[in-house]
Amino acid sequence: MTLKEIADILEATVISEPNGLDVSIQSACSADMMSAVLYYHTPQSMLITGLTQPHVIRTAEIAGIRSIVFVLDKKPDEITIELARQKKIPLLCTRFCMYTASGKLYEAGLPGCLNK
Amino acid sequence: MALNINEIIEDSFQLIGGNFATAGEASTQLKMKLTELGVDETIIRRAAIATFEAEMNVIIYAAAARLHYVITPRNITIRIEDMGPGIEDIQLAMQEGYSTAPDWVREMGWGAGMGLPNMKKNSDEFRIDSVVGEGTTVEMVINFP
Ligand SMILES: Nc1ncnc2c1ncn2[C@@H]1O[C@H](COP(=O)(O)OP(=O)(O)OP(=O)(O)O)[C@@H](O)[C@H]1O
Ligand SMILES: [Mg+2]
Repeated sequence: MTLKEIADILEATVISEPNGLDVSIQSACSADMMSAVLYYHTPQSMLITGLTQPHVIRTAEIAGIRSIVFVLDKKPDEITIELARQKKIPLLCTRFCMYTASGKLYEAGLPGCLNK
Repeated sequence: MALNINEIIEDSFQLIGGNFATAGEASTQLKMKLTELGVDETIIRRAAIATFEAEMNVIIYAAAARLHYVITPRNITIRIEDMGPGIEDIQLAMQEGYSTAPDWVREMGWGAGMGLPNMKKNSDEFRIDSVVGEGTTVEMVINFP
């Protein structure tokens, strides 16, 4: 699934897209605990989270996560956005909650990272 | 890309407790270095994740630490020596889900009790040593395939 399709499904606002929305996403994981992300992620996945601090971007970078969606309309500050730009990680923002956002993407055929 | 290591490569970083703003800087540097050397992607990810979790524990629990890595043609060794409260019961701390992180740390997304288990999972050799009231030392070795 491309980031463009994901943005449409989640009726998302694009906060930044360093390389456009033509990025391919293979799977997703939803979490607010960063170690859970680091433990369970698979590369080329997307992170759905309610946290917006800079270390979320670091976590994504370290874990090889391709893009981040912030739920419940949470918007990161400039420092976080700038860090994501540097790391070339596109950021989206959706009004849906984590459960609904995950459900919509799953229904559209995007599998979970763990596939279980 | 062929592995491009014929000598020992090492670097050190000073980590300061509570400094969330620069947390992950050392892991990022190590990741960049390994990428430059043409190391296998899975190995890079394992090293970056293990180092990042160790860095975060220093930021959250300790006062300061020295992180040192050594890359040889055979493996990577990452050693983090902190000055901090130490760990009373290492076996307990190593259990998945065990955490003493306060609420403000949890609100930032840390404190799942997965850091140490994840460092162990991603290393081929994992050693942890701690003296209460002095500090904790973690050493991780990741072998090249
Ligand atoms: N460097 C350290 N100094 C003192 N105590 C530590 C240190 N590292 C870990 N601990 C103790 O061990 C516990 C477990 O650590 P671990 O990294 O597994 O989980 P966590 O840091 O609590 O949560 P997570 O890593 O999932 O965000 C910590 O809650 C803390 O009590
Ligand atoms: Mg930890």
